[in-house]
Formats: sequence, structure tokens, C-alpha cells
Amino acid sequence: MRQISQIADAFPALHQSVGENPLVYLDSAATTQKPECVIDAVNHYYKSDNANIHRGVHQLSMRATKDYEGARGKIASLLGAASSDNIIFVRGATEAINLIAQSYGRPRLSDGDEILITEMEHHSNIVPWQLLCEQTGASLKVAKIHDDGSLNIDSFKELLGENTAIASFTHVSNAIGTVNPAQELCLLAKNAGAVTVIDGAQATGHMKVDVQEIGCDFYATSGHKMFGPTGIGCLYGTHQLLSDMEPYQGGGDMILSVSFEETTWNKVPFKFEAGTPNIAGAIGLGAAVDFINELGYDSIYTLEHELLVYGTKVLKNIEGVRLVGTASEKCAIISFTVDGVHPHDVGTICDHEGVAIRTGNHCAEPLIHRLGLNATCRASFSIYNSTTDIDKLATAIQKAITILG
Amino acid sequence: MSDLRELYLEMVTDHAKNPRHRGKAEPCSCIGTGNNPLCGDKLVITINKKGDSIVNVKFDGEGCAISIASADLMAEVLAGKSVNDAKNLFEGFHQLVTGEGNPEVPKKLAVFSGVREFPMRVKCATLAWHTIIAALDGSTEVTTE
Repeated sequence: MRQISQIADAFPALHQSVGENPLVYLDSAATTQKPECVIDAVNHYYKSDNANIHRGVHQLSMRATKDYEGARGKIASLLGAASSDNIIFVRGATEAINLIAQSYGRPRLSDGDEILITEMEHHSNIVPWQLLCEQTGASLKVAKIHDDGSLNIDSFKELLGENTAIASFTHVSNAIGTVNPAQELCLLAKNAGAVTVIDGAQATGHMKVDVQEIGCDFYATSGHKMFGPTGIGCLYGTHQLLSDMEPYQGGGDMILSVSFEETTWNKVPFKFEAGTPNIAGAIGLGAAVDFINELGYDSIYTLEHELLVYGTKVLKNIEGVRLVGTASEKCAIISFTVDGVHPHDVGTICDHEGVAIRTGNHCAEPLIHRLGLNATCRASFSIYNSTTDIDKLATAIQKAITILG
Repeated sequence: MSDLRELYLEMVTDHAKNPRHRGKAEPCSCIGTGNNPLCGDKLVITINKKGDSIVNVKFDGEGCAISIASADLMAEVLAGKSVNDAKNLFEGFHQLVTGEGNPEVPKKLAVFSGVREFPMRVKCATLAWHTIIAALDGSTEVTTE
């Protein structure tokens, strides 16, 4: 495995100064930085292969199609999908969940049906279901969490019932880092007859995910949180469900034949990819998958876990810092507050020291309110971070306390 | 690089830590709520107004040092002013914090001139002002997003 310094070398954007200080990027839960290989893959497509896919007989189109479909195969293998046909390219996890809600949920759900989510969801795993409830008359149920930010499995079990049509939960909380027992939750939901959806946006850049082992029906993720470009992500679905579902959008490439009387759909996954897709994004995501495979999830997890342990220890030792979310199973995301200093001010002062963190409710307003807060500071880590970065964060927090505490 | 000391002047941090105008204006003639959904900040501003004259202003809620200090100093500056004065002061304040001009503003507002170097914090500094101007215009809820 490469050393941390070598890994960081692969990410050009990390090598810059913010004001007088070198950048310390601790906002990977918002989006990861991109390795050179991903940037090169996107560049290469536009410089050498730029053409539309699935429709040209010419060389460029064939090359573009090969690389686009090659990327589908790579992400399918990474996620442990049975076939690349299980993978639909979307803009990101948000679009994936909206697609499920509209293509799977809308024609099937009605008054009396229930959708089960949890208190720790990102807005992208709340609002699409609220829209679906409005459209169908279904109702939303919310499983509780414990005060440490772990899921209350009993609450999840209690709310599962014969009316539960869909159970949708996050694999890893973007706001506090909790890792949910995805396999156990899927089994519980399956036994209750529910279709299972996992929001994996925060998982696939950090840990091995095997959709078949987990046993989920759908798995949504975003490319830009796993070293890929923005505007590309994927939805995994079981072949049966994807085949049975209606298209999400109409347009070119998603059809088999069109007449003014009748139009028939293309096969899965193309049925769900109307219009010219984000070809460069998919190819970039393919390169990101190669990059992950080169490092290996075991190494990634080990490295990030060390950062989590070290960061937790260092932050805990700063007087006035309170950790938010201390579940036993966590990814390398540390949410915290500082007594007497608003997170937004901590964020500004950290930025002044070159340390980029996120502040606010992290698009998980119900979770932050459930924890009795309006906002937190969040430091989130990836493979290019080091313990030195955490020391710099600690220094910046101390400065915030000096100025405002 | 902008200097943090320009942003967090002593008067700003003092009013953030010990606001003088937290509470509810009595009798309350108008009320406004300001939300900054990205930060999770929320301010409720109450105004005691006689005719066109603002008698006093109070605020309550949660926010960062900049938004709390701005609300507190705004309340201080607006006491005894007319609605029209308030609008003119906001115009000057807005120019001050966005760096769009060099307006003449009262000293208690001039302490926010450092905000212009921190564009992400403009909405913190202006939340209270947007809220009170909307409330004076008869609107009860604003958002800075």
C-alpha cells in the first residue's frame, strides 16, 4: 500500500494554500477530492473520444460506448452486483432515491401503505418519500435513534409491519458517521414483506459494500463522494424489480420503438437512462473505481479508522468540545460542538487556518434537532488525510475558543 | 488573507456574548422570523412601534456571533428611528458588508465592515436586518437562502 503522503500526492487540489496556510481538507463527506487518474479519464474522453453513445457506427462513438459501459461493469463489480444490468447511471444518490420513489413507489403505493425511514436520514432520503406520500396517500414512519446516534433497532422492528411497503435507510450517516447494520435491517424488512432501499452515498468511498450479501433491493450512491466527478452516481436494483418498474423519464435511448400510437421501452438498465447521459462522469467514476481497487477497501478502512480513533481522542481532550454521535460503529466522520462558540464561527476560524470543515445541519435537520441542536461542526476524513491534519484542526478550534469562547 | 480580527472586533464579540436586547418588545406591534436554513439559525424580532416611529426592538433565537451581534447592534441603532430611517440604514449597512460602497453608517454598524472580506458571512450579518425590514413591511417570515 502507498504511504499517506504518496496517496495525497495523487490529488492535485490538495496541494494549495488557503491564505497563508496549506489547505487541510476535512470535508470529504460533502465531496471527496479527485485523484489525477479521474481527472485524466474525464479529460481523455473529451480530448480524444468525445461522441454520443449507443448510436454511432463511427470509431469515436464506439470508444465512448465501450468506456461508458465499461464503467458500468466496474461499478457493478465493486458493489457485488450480479450483472452490470443491475446498475443504472443517475446524477447521484438523490436522483437514485427519487427514481425509486417515482418509478417503483408511485404506481404501487396507495392509502394505508407505509414507508419506513430513520431519524438519521439525509434530506435526500426524506423528501422524495414525502413527495411520494403526497402523491399516493401513503404515510411516512420514522424509526428512532439512541442518544449516541445509533439506530434503535427495536423502534425499527416495531414500526415494520404488513403495511410497510418500503424500508429506506442510510448505510452511513453523513452528519454523525453512524454505520447501520444494513444486512440485519434488510433481513428484518424483508421478513415484513417490505422492499429495501439503502442510501449508500457515505459508504462506497470508505468501505466494502456487497449488495447481494447485504440483501437489499435497491442501493443508491454518488460518484463524487468516492473520488469520482460530480453529477454521476448509480442506482443498483434487483433485476426483477427494475424489469417490472416503469421508466423514470422519457426520451431518447430509453425506447425500443416509438410511434405516435405506441412506444415500447428499451431493456434494463437503458430503460431508465433517457437522453444523453453524463458520459464523461461515468468514465470518470470508472477511473475512481479503479483507484479504489488499487488501494483496496481494507487499506482505506484501516487508514480512516485510525484517523477516526485519533481524531476522537484529540477532540475529546479539548475543553468545551462535545462530540455529537458516538455510536460504536462509525465511519471517519466526527461531528462536534464547541461550548459558547457557534459552529459557523468555528468554521470561519478554521478556514482562516486553512482547515476546511462543514458547519450547519448537514442536510439532516431532523437528526440535528433530535440531538437537541441547531447545527454542528463536522470534520470528515478520507485516505489523503493524516493525524497532522487533525492536530491542525485542534489548533484552529483552540483559536476559536480564544476568540469567542 | 482577510484578518480574523477585522471580523471579530471586540464590540462584535462583546455583543455576541452579552446581547443587551434579547427578549420580546412590549407592546409588540410587529414580529418577524428570519431563517438561515443552511446554518440552522433562527431569529425572532419584535418591534414596539408608535405610528411611524420605532420605540424599541428586541430579538430572540439562535445564531452565530455575527448574526447575534448584528441583531443586537441593529436593535440599539434603530431605537427612536423612523421606518424610513431603518430602511436607509439597512441600505447603508448592506453596502458596507457586501463591499459595494463606502456608506456613512453609525459607528455601531461600522464594526461590521470586516464582513466584506468574508462573503459567506454576509447573510449572517444581514439576517436580522432582512427580518426587521420584512416585518415593518408586513411580512412575517424571511429566509436568507
